Amino acid sequence: MKQLEKRVEPKAWEGFNGGNWQSETDIRDFIQQNFKQYNGDESFLEDATPATKALNDRLVALKLEERAAGGVLDADTKVVSTITSHGPGYLDKNLEKIVGLQTDKPMKKALMPYGGIRMAKDALESYGLKLDPEMEHFFTELSKTHNQGVFDAYTPDVKRARHYKIVTGLPDAYGRGRIVGDFPRIALYGIDYLVASKLDDLDNYGDGEMTDSVIQMREEISEQIRALNQIKDMAASYGYDISEPATTAQEAIQWLYFGYLAAIKQQNGAAMSIGRVDTFIDIFVERDIERGILNEKEAQELIDQFTMKLRMVSFIRTPEYNSLFSGNPIWATLSLAGMGIDGEHHVTKTAFRFLNTLKNMGAAPEPNITLLWSQKLPDTFKHYSAEVSVESSTIQYENDDLMRKQWGTDYYAIACCVSAQPVANGIQYFGARANLAKTVLYTINGGKDEIGKAQVGPAYEPISSEYIEYDEFMKKFDSMLDWLADVYVNALNTIHYMHDKYYYESAQLALKDTNLDRTFATGISGLSVAADSISAIKYGHVKVIRDEDGIAVDFKADNDFPRYGNNDDRADEIAVWLVKSLYTKMNKHHLYRGSKLSTSVLTITSNVVYGKNTGTTPDGRQKGDPFAPGANPAYGAEESGALASLLSVAKLPYQYATDGISNTFAVTPTTLGHDEELQKDALVNMINGYMKNNGHHLNINVFKRETLLDAQAHPEEYPTLTIRVSGYCVYFADLTKEQQDDVISRTFHQSM
Amino acid sequence: MVQRQMHERKVPMRDGKIIGYVHSTESFGAVDGPGIRFVVFMQGCNMRCQFCHNPDTWRKNVGGEMTTDEILKMALPYRQFWGEKGGITLSGGEIMLQTEFALELFTKCKKLGINTCLDTCGQPFTRRQPWFDNFNELMKVTDILLMDIKHINSDEHRKLTGFRNENILDMCQYLSEIDKPVWIRHVLIPERTDYDNYLAQLGDYIKTLHNVKKVEVLPYHTMGVHKYKEMGIKYDLDGIEPPTPERVKNAEKLLHVADYQGYLE
Repeated sequence: MKQLEKRVEPKAWEGFNGGNWQSETDIRDFIQQNFKQYNGDESFLEDATPATKALNDRLVALKLEERAAGGVLDADTKVVSTITSHGPGYLDKNLEKIVGLQTDKPMKKALMPYGGIRMAKDALESYGLKLDPEMEHFFTELSKTHNQGVFDAYTPDVKRARHYKIVTGLPDAYGRGRIVGDFPRIALYGIDYLVASKLDDLDNYGDGEMTDSVIQMREEISEQIRALNQIKDMAASYGYDISEPATTAQEAIQWLYFGYLAAIKQQNGAAMSIGRVDTFIDIFVERDIERGILNEKEAQELIDQFTMKLRMVSFIRTPEYNSLFSGNPIWATLSLAGMGIDGEHHVTKTAFRFLNTLKNMGAAPEPNITLLWSQKLPDTFKHYSAEVSVESSTIQYENDDLMRKQWGTDYYAIACCVSAQPVANGIQYFGARANLAKTVLYTINGGKDEIGKAQVGPAYEPISSEYIEYDEFMKKFDSMLDWLADVYVNALNTIHYMHDKYYYESAQLALKDTNLDRTFATGISGLSVAADSISAIKYGHVKVIRDEDGIAVDFKADNDFPRYGNNDDRADEIAVWLVKSLYTKMNKHHLYRGSKLSTSVLTITSNVVYGKNTGTTPDGRQKGDPFAPGANPAYGAEESGALASLLSVAKLPYQYATDGISNTFAVTPTTLGHDEELQKDALVNMINGYMKNNGHHLNINVFKRETLLDAQAHPEEYPTLTIRVSGYCVYFADLTKEQQDDVISRTFHQSM
Repeated sequence: MVQRQMHERKVPMRDGKIIGYVHSTESFGAVDGPGIRFVVFMQGCNMRCQFCHNPDTWRKNVGGEMTTDEILKMALPYRQFWGEKGGITLSGGEIMLQTEFALELFTKCKKLGINTCLDTCGQPFTRRQPWFDNFNELMKVTDILLMDIKHINSDEHRKLTGFRNENILDMCQYLSEIDKPVWIRHVLIPERTDYDNYLAQLGDYIKTLHNVKKVEVLPYHTMGVHKYKEMGIKYDLDGIEPPTPERVKNAEKLLHVADYQGYLE
């Protein structure tokens, strides 16, 4: 880390408490030294200003216009998006307190070919637009993309696994995302200092042997420095000089937003999170309020308008991509509150202000608001967030007590849907997920795909008896799981090598430490189906029905069997074992750039697609039926009530699945209580209880099934109805019909 | 602990342990007393309320036989969801027909620091001995009661439930005397309880009590009607629709619902 040379303390830092942050880049220390806890309630909050309201009306109108036009109003077909590719763009220059758009016009989508030119071309064509032929020629013949690199190196085994969808959603044709830049660095230090710091790192990197890794790192640091200078240029085009630290709250928010804006101009990553900026911003707001240059109304206006910018982020994507992650989420995940490792909570007035944006500007899916929950957060804040949940179903809750301990820092943020990441020096290599339900079928069918009928996995001896013998199954499943771990990790090693080479995230990584702790993310889909299927084989005496090719196409369980989701250890322990087992097998492998393995039980909306591509399973699930999302128990399996279901999911071990264990929960308002106060209370107690039992993540939806049915029939009456799906939030109207049906068919917890 | 004989009838036992007749349990009760609660629905009730949505709980001395330890074993895994206010609710059927079971369970609960709630219609209440002494023992280990007042007018009460309400109002009176917190609940049924004069009378009556933390108007619903068909019982409220939101508001006004905020403390 760069030592500041006896630098004159900038005027911008006046009024702040000093600390280590003054001698090296250390946002966490700045926060620790300066933030002010807030223990009161929400009564201080202010409504939106007329300017915010006008801007928001305009934005909502544009979004509806875009939806009516089929998803895209305008898109670049020729200009490749970079940090500096576009001139300034505005929603309404005279009203905006925080400025900066991805392109030069609101809603206009950027062209981002570096992930893969075909993806960019297909995306445009699916909206009736045509990629400029010169661009196509350039990225096909003259320059390579990430996608081409990956496919040059993939083995036939990986290609087969991918084609038959036992491994799906891999970031091999789109940006991997999930890197949270430490955006506040720009606000606190200014770009010039950050450039000087990186130059210093470059000077000190690899003075000895020029190994492959040293060469790679030196090239990357140079890319980072280039990106920092471009961020400065881009800010200048909006009339801001960000070479020096921000002097006011408005500047602090604007400076850090420029950092984020650079990231979303450069990358169309699967998740582009903003991080954890609430306490940082609050320090600047408090200072301005003390100085008498800002009042509460103006403070709220800044937070509203900053949030509005996060609501506007958008990428153009293919229909295939949308079927995986529907409603065009970009995971501008915003992490709020949480605790310090010193046991002090980090709730500030600004955490309240961010929640208040949902009231001031209505519900919206982005930013993906994530509340870092601890037992010790003040009750006032817990109740206010519960109130917002009951009203808008837009908040997800994650267990800060669990994550702080696991990651060893209180300066982490959620990097995607649910995955934690240390902001200063952590990075995650996103890795989609492997289909465990299909692996159960490959075990029974000797590596043959039950739908494509091809030999995809190794040709191990299939199970040929009429009834499946549990011991025989488990022995064969173990070998098949070994193969799955091999092929999956091989695919991801290839992907991340090529992503670094062809689509390096220089803007985000310029705003992190040079030396990083890397996480190799993997994921599991179909956990509940696999667990219930194995439980069926163990306890249900399952008969196999085969087709003329000898492929198992149906199953019949003679006896009842326990299912995951009822707080019954017999089934829940199978789910736990599956997570540990796949993790352990993958962990035997070489992992790219010395990264540390992590996994997740999290599917986003892809549970529908995974299910579509998976045959009938021994638990009785029919071919093509959706899986339950994330770590949720299978549909209809939960027979012991809401809390039993929560306790089952809470048993999955976070130490193995440090990328997150997503649980999506729907409850009817009247089940939570007969009046608003009781509903809030019940929700707070429910979240507390789940987290005390080491549950990791909880999406909370409060509405009735009838509301969704009505919204499906009359979308025009529910233009902004938002719901939480596995790990993000989406406008219900933006889901495909299939996904809407899936959400409607999920378990709603209710009592009479 | 000393088990007292609370009725002339024999207390049901198994292997020397008191058992209760249990209809069902619910791990996530958020509308059955303060906080989130584990709710035990007991089997057996004397009343035959026309609007009862659980006629399957009427028959006595049938259903799942469970000891208090078995109930605790089922409930305790959910303890961390209960928060400061939540706990265990005994509901029914009519829990006060199985007071021995309730006393043993709640005595154990109090030793474990668990909040206890009785959800009752008060029909078995009497000041006759030995019942009354035993009731007082039970009150010592009961934190709060949900009292259903089915109708304020005794004649109407009899038509609606098969019983008069004098002893039930006496129970309310008594609970007020000993300052035991209660939530009063009243089911609003068109053509039965939804008359302004009765509602106003009930509102006035509740005002005479000093222990009321909350008053709830529960709109009549028809979700239990199918059970009558399945069980081959005549359903007396056929054709009566749930009350309109306006009538619910009206009832809440006449019962002075807004005046009772004690439950928020």
